[in-house]
This record gives sequence, structure tokens and C-alpha cells, in this order.
Amino acid sequence: MARAVTQQRKIINTTAAWAVGLLIFFPILWTILTSFKTEAQAIADPPVFLAFDWTLENYGVVMERSNYGRFLWNSIIIAGGSTILGIIIAVPAAWSMAFVPSKRTKDILLWMLSTKMLPAVGVLYPIYLLFIKLGLLDTKIGLMIVLMLINLPIIVWMLYTYFKEIPGEILEAARMDGATLREEVIHILTPMAIPGIASTLLLNVILAWNEAFWTLNLTAAKAAPLTAFIASYSSPEGLFYAKLSAASTMAIAPILILGWFSQKQLVSGLTFGAVK
Amino acid sequence: MFLRNALRAATALTLVAAGSAAADTITIATVNNGDMIRMQGLTDDFTTKTGHEVEWVTLEENVLRQRVTTDISTKGGAFDIMTIGMYETPIWGANGWLVALDNLSEGYDVDDILPAMAGGLSHEGTLYAAPFYGESSMIMYRTDLMEKAGLEMPDAPTWDFIRQAAAAMTDRDAEINGVCLRGKAGWGEGGAFITAMSNSFGARWFDMDWKPQFDTAAWANTLNFYKGMMDESGPAGYATNGFNENLSLFQQGKCGMWIDATVAASFVTNPNDSTVADKVGFALAPDTGLGKRSNWLWAWALAIPAGTQKQDAALQFIEWATSKDYIELVAANEGWANVPPGARTSLYENPNYQAVPFAQMTLDSILSADPNNSTVEPSPYVGVQFAAIPEFAGIATEVSQEFSAAYAGQQTVEEALEKAQALTIDAMEAAGY
Amino acid sequence: MATQHSRSAARLMMAPAVILLLGWMLVPLTMTLFFSFKKYLPLRGGDLGWVGFDNYVRFVTSSAFWPSVVTTLIIVGGVLAITVVLGVLLAILLNQPMWGQGMVRILVIAPFFVMPTVSALVWKNMFMDPNYGLLAHLWKFFGATPVEWLSQASLPSIVMIVSWQWLPFATLILLTAIQSLDSEQLEAAEMDGAPALKRFGYITLPHLSRAITVVILIQTIFLLSIFAEIFVTTGGAFGTKTLSYLIFQRVLESQNVGLGSAGGVYAIILANIVAIFLMRIVGKNLDA
Repeated sequence: MARAVTQQRKIINTTAAWAVGLLIFFPILWTILTSFKTEAQAIADPPVFLAFDWTLENYGVVMERSNYGRFLWNSIIIAGGSTILGIIIAVPAAWSMAFVPSKRTKDILLWMLSTKMLPAVGVLYPIYLLFIKLGLLDTKIGLMIVLMLINLPIIVWMLYTYFKEIPGEILEAARMDGATLREEVIHILTPMAIPGIASTLLLNVILAWNEAFWTLNLTAAKAAPLTAFIASYSSPEGLFYAKLSAASTMAIAPILILGWFSQKQLVSGLTFGAVK
Repeated sequence: MFLRNALRAATALTLVAAGSAAADTITIATVNNGDMIRMQGLTDDFTTKTGHEVEWVTLEENVLRQRVTTDISTKGGAFDIMTIGMYETPIWGANGWLVALDNLSEGYDVDDILPAMAGGLSHEGTLYAAPFYGESSMIMYRTDLMEKAGLEMPDAPTWDFIRQAAAAMTDRDAEINGVCLRGKAGWGEGGAFITAMSNSFGARWFDMDWKPQFDTAAWANTLNFYKGMMDESGPAGYATNGFNENLSLFQQGKCGMWIDATVAASFVTNPNDSTVADKVGFALAPDTGLGKRSNWLWAWALAIPAGTQKQDAALQFIEWATSKDYIELVAANEGWANVPPGARTSLYENPNYQAVPFAQMTLDSILSADPNNSTVEPSPYVGVQFAAIPEFAGIATEVSQEFSAAYAGQQTVEEALEKAQALTIDAMEAAGY
Repeated sequence: MATQHSRSAARLMMAPAVILLLGWMLVPLTMTLFFSFKKYLPLRGGDLGWVGFDNYVRFVTSSAFWPSVVTTLIIVGGVLAITVVLGVLLAILLNQPMWGQGMVRILVIAPFFVMPTVSALVWKNMFMDPNYGLLAHLWKFFGATPVEWLSQASLPSIVMIVSWQWLPFATLILLTAIQSLDSEQLEAAEMDGAPALKRFGYITLPHLSRAITVVILIQTIFLLSIFAEIFVTTGGAFGTKTLSYLIFQRVLESQNVGLGSAGGVYAIILANIVAIFLMRIVGKNLDA
């Protein structure tokens, strides 16, 4: 009897969850489907869902028009580079906050977060002038630095909450054994914190990949990532929904796939100290 | 980074020393319109001829504008050629930000550029940008629907006729709207349309003392007429329709008339994209008998920012892209209907092009727009659908947002005009007028 | 536990992050402050001298200022409300036993990976367009007149688009928190005959309060500066101009850097007010 009830409940749960999941995913699915239609089918009335002539034409046009490979490569380097830079700077900071807290630790953390609230557009001119002076305009390294700075507060906070959950006794023991601070961080702490670092890394890659203000405004041809790629397909002359969809799919596919494959790692560490 | 830049500079110097034949790579910022995309596809021809490589930065119009303006006003040097319009060119030229195009080669035949275009792309008689294509605006209408309504389109109709014809052609059940016009906010979208329209109603942006004129009857008449006509015969949601939306409505046979850029003529008559390709007629943009028509004048042009290291290569590119040969090249590849229009006199003297159905009306429209004398009453500014002062883009975008809100019924026309007047006064004060 | 030695070592390790962020905050902040007292018009020759508080006065007295503050708060508040409420419900649903939980989670998480520009383009063109949008077809299918989303219901539309992007984030954090809930406690309550609503109100919700705080804090930081969603969909028309969009208009569209910088200073003040407000709640809930 009880078994039947749970079985029944499981069916209801499954149906509801899948319905909601598909609803949330639908806009992406629709974009992917549209990217395989002809332009006429893309705006057909009534809309066609699956029964259309699948074509790769739009992808062909986009590939011919834009140097997709370079945009993709730039996105990978910039997102990856800024994340690695950020982790290198954030790990020691988060470590010291977690294990040698002072009265001001909390203030510093919240202050770091508050730097993210500066409206980016207000400082475009100052930053642009600075970039010209430093020769960083349209360089990948320049964008890596900016994106690292933008996301650093989030990285520090995530790592901090993760480190805090590591019991201090282990470190004490290591110290008793005569481990230096360096050894302590590299050999004991970091391995224990790998899941947290992995999750932080992933979240950061996503945030950096999707950042669309600085990546668009500080680049020209050489360092432009996928956000600039998509800006060349929005509102052309005429409504090219199918081509727009193809370009959109190409812009989000890499990060979507990465996200899906690593969602376990991402989710496991994505707590921001919310779980005690 | 510094080292690398220094190295790069050193290499550049050696190359220059080695002679101007050295190959450069130039970076060009451009808009993602069809003609520019076509130009990108033909870049190989340029590289073969000159040895220079081209890097394209293609962006949608608004992003492009914000990107190139930031770069040029900070002397960033990210681009060697920028695609700009008739609005930016005289302002930037006056600031000394652009390389004067005063020593173009003999074969380029600079005098062949349509005088209206050359005039709008010059400052004090010096050309600062070469037109890639030029446009005015005109009426595109469905000949079959016009006939069905029992009317005949004059070559130069009045607004009253347009309104009457629009009402007669409208058939809501068949999803046919008598007239489709831009209502979308943005100075280059609905703002451009309503400003050009207001010229024919005797309105102007500023009087000779730079005082905003939205409190005048002429502006109220313009907006009331527009909104009245669009509510009667326009498509649903016209307050958010821009060029793209109207183009696709017209191509699908949902508009009786469309008054918009002359370049649209090649899209609506292209049977690949348009379901009504063989049923389109053309006429001059309407007037109200006050002596000014409601057509605008615009050009997308190529300009070289002052201070670029690759001025020679950039100049060569401009000469290539805006030459007679380029037009021939496109004609050979894609047919005469698809060549970039509106830039050169010789194009309209070419019998091959005269056979294109919209060629003559495009030329007539361009010739009837005068940026230096666009309003019925005198105005202190240059420009038909804009005023070539640095503040205009910002002001007109906000003003057109107020207008769009009125089209959507969120405020009355009077409220919109009041707000427009207040915010224009405020912005002009901030600019120091 | 912490010796003097490790304390100074800790400071040293914190230094790079603190100094970098301090620089990232101070350099632009100083420059913004500097410009905000200047008449700085790039298209009219740049720096045209000091003007005192003129820019500040002009920015607040502009008719667009207060509406933009209100719009900002509505968007932030609206998105927070929707993502938290739906996030809690979704987290509870996903925590139930079911088939294919992993796949569902992948579906739900997906919008978080989509660039804001892309999601705005997709929603605007393929869903909310009054002629070709899927929603218009849906409305017509049921015999209703299609809604002109981005003009007639502009703010709710933007709130919806942004909520779609942030719902996965809220759901994930809340889900992790729910999974850490002691299920014995819930079962015990069920045995005692406590109705589902009561169990939710007395056990689940209090347990989630910390996670909800985190969601609110992080999302607020990102939502205060949303830009692409507005730029792509309405361009600031139909009452969708947020404070950061207004600054964008002043700086880039009107090319008035001085005025925009003054706006930037106001935005920083607003952000700090929101921050202090948040810290109050967070401070209680999050003993960092």
C-alpha cells in the first residue's frame, strides 16, 4: 500500500518536474530548432516545431561571414585566463580570512562585494583612457585583468565560505609536524578544497564568458570574444531569425556543454556558505 | 606588453622605411547592413590588388556608434577606418578627428560623388568621409492594393492623400495595414522618420536662437496626424516597429504603403525575400504643400581617424570600396539591383542601372533633400532628419522615446511634446547654448 | 591559535586581492569624482573647465531621474521576488524522488549559461514580437489579441526575461540547502500529523533563510547593473530606464561625461544604500 503511494507520488513528481524543466529550457530549445530552419520557416504562421526541412545553411552563412574560430578562441582564453588569475590571487586571501580571521574580516568581505556595484558604464571613459595609456586596448591580457577584477569579490567569497568548512584541527596538526605556511596551503589545504575551487572556477568561467559590456567596449578585431560576435548578428537589415538563432546557438553552445558536463562539480560547491 | 608594442612599432617603422609597397593589416569598423556584409565578402579583391589585409569589426548600428565614438574621442586608435554617417562626419571633421580626403587619386573621380552626398559629408568644403552608399526616403506601395482601392498614386502625393489611401487599403481581416511607418524609439529609427515628416508640416527642432520648438502647433500637427493615421491604418504594435520590422511586414504583403529608406527598394523587389516583389510602385515622400517634402538624406560613409599609422592603406581601401570599379564588381557578382546605390552620379547615368525600377525615384528623392535648407522656416542647423550638433543623438533618442510612449497610448501627444520640450531645453542648457 | 607571525603572514596573503580591488575601486572612483565636477564633453573638445556641483544638480533635477530610481528598484525587487519564490518551490520539487532527476536539473540550470545579450535577443524577437513571436501565436491560438509585450507591458517583460536568467541560480543554491535539511526532522513532524504547509513554514523555510539571504545578496549585486537586457529590448523606452541605463544615455548617447559621472556617483550612493540595507539582513543571517 505505502509502496503504491510512493510510486504514484514519484510519477506525479516526475511529470511535474519534467514539465517545469522543459518549460524553462524551451526558449533555448526553440532557438536551436530555429537555427536549422530556413528564414521563411523561422517566421512561419503558424509556427512549425519539428516538421520542417532541416538545413545547415544558416551555420554555413555564419561561418562564412565571421571568423567564428577566433571569437571562440578569444572567449576561451579570456574566460579561462581571468579565472586562473583570479584563483591565484583569491586563494591566499580567502585562506587568511578563513583561518586567521580578524575583527575586520567580515567588513573586508562585504566591502569587496560592494565594489561590484559600481556602474560599469559610468567609468567607461576613465578605463578606456587608462587602457590606451597602458597599451591594453584590444588585447586579451587587458580583458583578462578587467574580468578578473570584476569577479574577484565573488571568487574570494566562494573560496572563503568553502575554506571555513575545513576543520582547523587538521591544520594545527600539520603545523605541529613542522609544516611551513607554504606547505600547509599547497599540500593540505588545497587538496581538501579542490571541490570548492573547481566549483568557483566553473562559476567564474561562466560569468566571464557572458560578460558583455567590457568585452565589447574594450576590443576591436584582435581580442573580440563571442559577445562581439553576437553583436554583429543582432538587428541587421531585415529579420533574420534563423541566422540569429544559428549565431546565438554558436555563442552559447560551448559554455552550455561545459556547464552540463560539469554541473555536478558546479552545484556541489555553489553554496556561498548557505549550508551549515 | 610594452615590449611587444615597442617591437611592433619598430617593425612598423622598418616596414615604412622599406617602402610604401609593404603590406599592412587594417582594421575596419562597420555596420552589419547587407551592403557592408557584401563588401566583406569581396575583400579578397582588395587584398589581391593592393596586398593589404583587412580585419573586420562588424557590429549592429547602435553598438557600432557607441564603440567608434568612444574610440575617436579618446584617440584610442583601435580602428583604421570607421563606418560613420552624415550626422557624425561634419562634427568629427570640425574637431579635426578625421583625415581630410582631399588628395584622392585622379582615377577615383571625386567629382562623380553626388553633390548632395559630398555636401553632407564635408565640413567647410573639405570631404572627410567617402559615401559607400547613400539614401533618401520614399513611398513604396502595393500597386495591386492601390488599384483595388480605386486610387492612383501621384508621383508626388500629399499627406492627406496618403491618409485617405491608407484607410482605403486597410483590411484588418486580411491582415493588410494601409500604411507601415517607423515608431520605434531611437534617433536613427522613429526619431529620423518623425523629424523628416515634421519638416513637411512646417516644424523644426530649433529656431535661429537654438530654442527648442516642440511647443509649436506645427509639431502638434505632425504628431497628431501621425498617430491618427497609424491608429486608423497602421499595424499592431507600430510603436516598436523600426526599419526591420516594417521591411518584413511589407515583404510578407501586410502593408499597403511603406515610407522608408530608398535602399529598401531593392529588398522589397527581390523575389527571393519578398512575396510582393512584382507589385511594388514608388513615389516621392509626401508633403503638405508648404514647400518641403518629408524625405531624409543619409549616407553610410568610410572615414579615416586622424592619427592612424596606416593612413595609406586605409586610403587605398576607401578608394577601392567607394569606386566605380567596386560597383561594377558587385554588379558582375550579384546583379545591378544589388549595387550600393546613391553615392555616384555615373551610376544613375548607366543604362544598365536605369533599367532598375527604383533607380530614378531614388535619385529624385535624393536630389529633393537639402540638408542645408531642410525646414520651412529657417533653422540654424545642418541636416534633414537630424541636426548636426553633438548633443542631437542623445536628445533625439530621449525625445523619440517620449513619442513612442505616446504612440503606444501610455501618454497623450500633448504630454509627450511637453516632456520633449522640457528635456531638450535641459540638454541644450547642459551643452552651453 | 593565531600567532603574531601567522597574523602578519595572513595580511601578506590577503594583500594582493585587497590592493587590486582597492585600486579597481579607487582609480575609477577618483576619476569619476574628478569628471563629475567638470564640464566634460568629448565631442566639444573634452575638458571645458570646473563647474562645481552643476552636474549633480542637473542630473537629479532631470525629469528622468526619479523614475529611473523607481524602475531600478522595481526590476531588482521584482526579479528577487520571482526568483526566490519560484526558486524555493522548484527546489522543493526537484528534491522529491523522481526519475531522471539529473536530466531535469540540466534543463533547469541551462538559462544560467546563456549570455544576457543572447537571451534578450531571443526573448525579444522569437517570443515577444507582436507579429512573429511565439507568444503572439499562442495568444492568437486561443483567440486573444497578441500582447505588445515590450511596449504595453515593458517592465513586466524585462522582469520576466531577467528572472528566467536568474531562476537557475536561485534554484541551485536553494536546492543544495534543502538537501542538507535533516529529513528525520521532517518525517518526525509528519508522524506527529503536522500538515504539509506547517511543515514547510516551521521547518523548511527557517532552514532556507540563510540560503535565501545569499541568493538575495548575490543577485542584487548583479541586478543593480543589468544593462544588456534593456539595451537590446526597449533601449530605455516605455519606462524601462534604470539608473545605470540613464547614466549610459548621458555618457554615451549624449556624450556628456561630466553629467554621466555625476550620475555614476549617485548610482554608487544608491548601491551603498541598498548594500547597507542588505548588510543589516545579511549581518544577522550570515555570520561571516
